[in-house]
Amino acid sequence: MSAIGIDDIEGALGVSQYEEEGEFPVEQGYIWTTCSSVENGNPLFWDPEVAEEVTGGPIAPPTMVSVWFRPHHWAPNRSTPGLPLQIHFDLKEGLGLPEAVMSDNTIVFHEPVRPGDRLSTRQILKSVSDEKTTKLGTGRFWVIDVEYRNQRGDLVAVESYTGFGYRRAEAEVGK
Amino acid sequence: MTTPTLLQGQVSAGDVLPELAYPVTATTIVLGALAARDWRPMHHDKDFAVNRNGTKDIFINTPNLASWFERYITDWTGPFGRLQRVTFRMLGSIFPGDTMVFQGTVTDTGVDDTGCGWVAMDISVSVDGDPKTTCKARVALPVDADDNPWSRSGDRWTP
Repeated sequence: MSAIGIDDIEGALGVSQYEEEGEFPVEQGYIWTTCSSVENGNPLFWDPEVAEEVTGGPIAPPTMVSVWFRPHHWAPNRSTPGLPLQIHFDLKEGLGLPEAVMSDNTIVFHEPVRPGDRLSTRQILKSVSDEKTTKLGTGRFWVIDVEYRNQRGDLVAVESYTGFGYRRAEAEVGK
Repeated sequence: MTTPTLLQGQVSAGDVLPELAYPVTATTIVLGALAARDWRPMHHDKDFAVNRNGTKDIFINTPNLASWFERYITDWTGPFGRLQRVTFRMLGSIFPGDTMVFQGTVTDTGVDDTGCGWVAMDISVSVDGDPKTTCKARVALPVDADDNPWSRSGDRWTP
């Protein structure tokens, strides 16, 4: 974990950081609990014969990809895991922008995720804008990609987050 | 034998997806947060949500909302629909007592260079006509009864 300042941006662009493996394998129980929570009756997740015919065996709902990386609420002897989107916090710190919002979020789906898969993730800074002023304040937009791969190295999904780190307009006035 | 219920050629820009209305309770929100392994208190502890977050109640977490959008899309496509990409824009929160309403319109359709059929759509979830999250989605659909987007991988899958 290290702050990304203005002079560090060029060197950080396109570089993979914070590679991490999920704490547990993709599992059927969470798939059913998630489908149940949104009343998703798609037979791919409930009927093994349909899953065999259509997807060559059971799969997880594609939009669950980030679920497999949320850490347990408690675990024995755990070292502190990196924050999800650590690069976002590195930029906030390095650029001295105390506030931040996520404006949008895109997920692109590649190979299906299957029960038993061990997924890993890494973060890549894609872009940082020049300074801009919005109604929130003055700061910079940045795009961070989170890549997800399975145990064979196949890409399963890429999530892109657009963040805006800023200083509040009021704070400027108060100085 | 499972066969496709919706083919790419049956869909045109301007087509409207069936609306889905769902009354949200505290259980909807807590169940969804725990299913998504999101233990943060504003998704299950009303006192924390009100007094620390300044919201009027606990509210649906974003990953679970993604699951709602997926369900809304695949209710329409059937199991042969394979998501290619989704883009979310968060505008507001959804609370217990709200009836959330999902609506969608097809914006474009096509077949890519690899022969994969796709449909693009704009979807929103609203409460009392106020959009809370919007989603642009693209989903692959079979081009004929023998096609299956799930059989694609590598160079033949360009989402």
